[in-house]
Amino acid sequence: MAVSDARRMSRRWVWGLLPLLLLAVLVAVLVRFGPLGVFQAVVPPLEELTINRVKLEPGRFVIHVTNGGPEPVTIAQVLVDEAYWQFEMSPAGTVPRLGTATITLAYPWVEGEAHHLKLLSSTGTPFEHTVDVATASPRVDARYLGTFTLLGVYVGVLPVFLGLLWLPFVRRLDSRWTGFFLSLTAGLLVFLGVDALDEALEVARGLPGAFQGVGLILTGVLVSALLLVWVSRRFTAGNETARHLGLALLIAVGIGLHNLGEGLAIGAAYSLGKVALGTFLVLGFTIHNTTEGLAIVTPIARERTALPTLVLLGLVAGAPTILGALIGGLSYSPVLATLFLAVGAGAIFQVVYELLKLMMADARTPAFGYQVAGFAAGLLVMYVTGLFVAA
Amino acid sequence: MRMPRRDFLVKAAAGLLGGLTVGRAAVLPAAASTEHSSQHAVPHGGNMTVGDVDLKRLGFDPSRYLRSFDWGRASKLPNGRTVREYSIVASERDIEIAPGVFFPAWVFNGTVPGPTLRAREGDLLRIKLINASKHPHTLHFHGIHKAEMDGVPGIGRGDVLPGESFTYEFEAIPFGLHQYHCHSAPLKRHIHKGLYGAFIIDPKQGRPPAQELVMMMNAFDTNFDNENEVYAVNSVAFHYAKHPIRVMRDRLVRIYLINITEFDPINSIHVHANFFHVFRTGTSFVPSEYTDTIMLCQAERAVLEMRFPYPGRFMFHAHQTEFTELGWMGLFEVTDNGGV
Repeated sequence: MAVSDARRMSRRWVWGLLPLLLLAVLVAVLVRFGPLGVFQAVVPPLEELTINRVKLEPGRFVIHVTNGGPEPVTIAQVLVDEAYWQFEMSPAGTVPRLGTATITLAYPWVEGEAHHLKLLSSTGTPFEHTVDVATASPRVDARYLGTFTLLGVYVGVLPVFLGLLWLPFVRRLDSRWTGFFLSLTAGLLVFLGVDALDEALEVARGLPGAFQGVGLILTGVLVSALLLVWVSRRFTAGNETARHLGLALLIAVGIGLHNLGEGLAIGAAYSLGKVALGTFLVLGFTIHNTTEGLAIVTPIARERTALPTLVLLGLVAGAPTILGALIGGLSYSPVLATLFLAVGAGAIFQVVYELLKLMMADARTPAFGYQVAGFAAGLLVMYVTGLFVAA
Repeated sequence: MRMPRRDFLVKAAAGLLGGLTVGRAAVLPAAASTEHSSQHAVPHGGNMTVGDVDLKRLGFDPSRYLRSFDWGRASKLPNGRTVREYSIVASERDIEIAPGVFFPAWVFNGTVPGPTLRAREGDLLRIKLINASKHPHTLHFHGIHKAEMDGVPGIGRGDVLPGESFTYEFEAIPFGLHQYHCHSAPLKRHIHKGLYGAFIIDPKQGRPPAQELVMMMNAFDTNFDNENEVYAVNSVAFHYAKHPIRVMRDRLVRIYLINITEFDPINSIHVHANFFHVFRTGTSFVPSEYTDTIMLCQAERAVLEMRFPYPGRFMFHAHQTEFTELGWMGLFEVTDNGGV
C-alpha cells in the first residue's frame, strides 16, 4: 500500500517534469542545429546600455554601466562634454548581456556645473548621461553617516513621532469622530500608496529593458500585500485590543517600507549629483509627513497603549528612512529602488484593506457621512501639505 | 502634489546637505588643479581616444594616404596628348574611424577618402566607375566638362546601377585642387557615407618642389542623427596626433586641404607657431592671404604653403574647438633630416 503510494507520487512528479525535460531538449537542439538564424535580423541589433550611476571623485568620474539589451556591447570610446577622453574600463572592452562594468576617467570637472558623458559603442551608438550639478560624491565617513541619519530623522522619524502625539486627542473622540479619523487615515494611506506606485513607475522607466520594470513593480506590490495579509491573519486573530494594536503595527510596517523606498531615492539622488538647492523643503516635508503618525495612532485610540509600544511603532514607521538614505547613497541600484517602492506601495494598500475591514466590523454606529468626509479629508490633507512643500 | 514626492526629498536633502557641499567646494578646485597639472604627461591633457586603429584591418594608413597620388595608367595619343585611365570601384565596408569604433561606410577603392586622383592640366582623363555595391552611385568631378560627364542622376548616364560600370571622360581643366564625390540621391548620405576623394590638376608648368600632403577634413555620423560623432583629417580621429606627420625644417610644405565635412557647414585649419600662404582652390600662383587659420565651407578647398623654421612638434587642428576635441587634431614633427 505504502509502496504503491510512493510509486504513484513519483509517477506524478515524472509527469510534472516531462514537459520541462522536453523543453530543455528543444532548446539544446535549437541552439545546436536549429533554425534560430532565421529569426536573426540582417541589421545590427539595437544595443542597450544603462548608465546606473556616476560617481564624482576629485579630478575623475567613475561610471557604472549595465547592459540590459539582447546583445553584448563593446565600449570603444568615451566622450566628456563632446570631447574624446582617455579612460580605463574594468572589465575591459565588452559588457556581456546583463553584465556590468566600471569606467574610470580623469577629468577636471567643474563644481556646480553640468557635464555630459557619452559612451560610444563599437557600432558608433552613443549612450549618454548628464551630471546636472557636479558635486563630489559622498564618501563614507562620519560626517556622511551623520548627515544622512539627521536627514532621516527630519523627514522620517520626527514627523511620525509628532503625529503619534495626537493619540490623547483621538482618544477623547466619540465613535463617529473615530470613524472620521480612521477614514482620514485610509485617505492618507491611499494617497501615499498611489504616490509610491507613481515613483516606482518613474524609476522603472530608467531600468534596462531586460529587468522589466513594470513586472518588477507588479510582483513587488502583490507579493508584499499578500505576505502582509498572511501575517495580519496571525496578528489580528486575538481579541479586539490585539486586533487594533496589530493593525497599528501593520500600518507602521507599511509606512516604514514606504519610507525605506523614499530614503533610497533621497540618498541616490544626492550621490548621483541630481540635487537642486532649497533648505526650507526639509521643514515642509516634516509637516507633510506628520500625517503618517496620525495614521498609526487612530486604530489604537480606544486602547491603553504602553509608551514603549508607541515608541516602537514610531521607529518601525520612521527609522527605515535613515536606512534607505544610507543604502541609496552608498550603493544605489535602480532595480532595488523600484522593488522597494513597489513593496512599500503593496504594504500600504494591504493596510488600507485592513482598515476598511476594521471599520466594517466597528460599524455598530453607522456614520457613513463621517467616514466619507474623513476619507476625502485624508486625501485633501496630503494634497494641501504637498502644495505647501512645493511652494 | 504635482511634483513627485521624491523631488521634494531631493531638494530637501540638498538643502540639508548644503553646508557640506559648500565646505567641499572650497577644497575641490585645488584638488582638481593638482590632478590637471599631473596630466601634462598625458597626450592632449587626456583629450584623446584610447588605443589605436588596426591599420592592417582597415586597409588604409592615413600616414601613407597623405603622400599617395594615383596618376592613372598614362599613354600618349598620336597628337602627343597624354591620356590617363583610372579605375574606381564603389563598394561597402566597415571602417574603423576611431579605435574600436566602426562606421558602415561606402567606399571608393576600399578606402575613405578614395584615392587621390592626379593629372596635369590638359590631360585627357578616362575614369571608369565600377559599381560593386548595393546602391546606385555616380562620380561627380569638380572641374569643367560636358553635361553628360557630370555624374548627376538623370543627366547623361546618370546613376550607375549596382553591377554596372561607366567611364567618364573629360579634359583636366582648370588646374587647381578639386575633388570628386558620388552625386546620387540622397546626396547628403552618399557623401557622408564616404564616397569622395581628392582630385589634383597640376598646372602645365608645375609647382615648386615641396613636401606635399593631402588632407581631407571629414567627419562621421555614427548613429545617423545628422550630427557627427567623429571628426578627423583623412578619416581616423587623432591619427596624426598619435603618428605625427614628419616634415623637414625650412623645406617647403604644401598642403592640399579639402573640406568634405557633412552636416556642419564649415570647417577650418589652424597651424601652430607658423603662418602659411593660401591659394584658394589652387587656381592661381598668387597667394590670396598670409595667415595661420583659414575657414572652408563644405566642398571648398585651398592649397597652403609654408616652411617650418624650428624643429619640434607643432599642433594643427580645426579651430572649431568642438571638432578638435572630437578628433580633428594632429601634429607636425619637424626635424632636420625629415623623411617619411
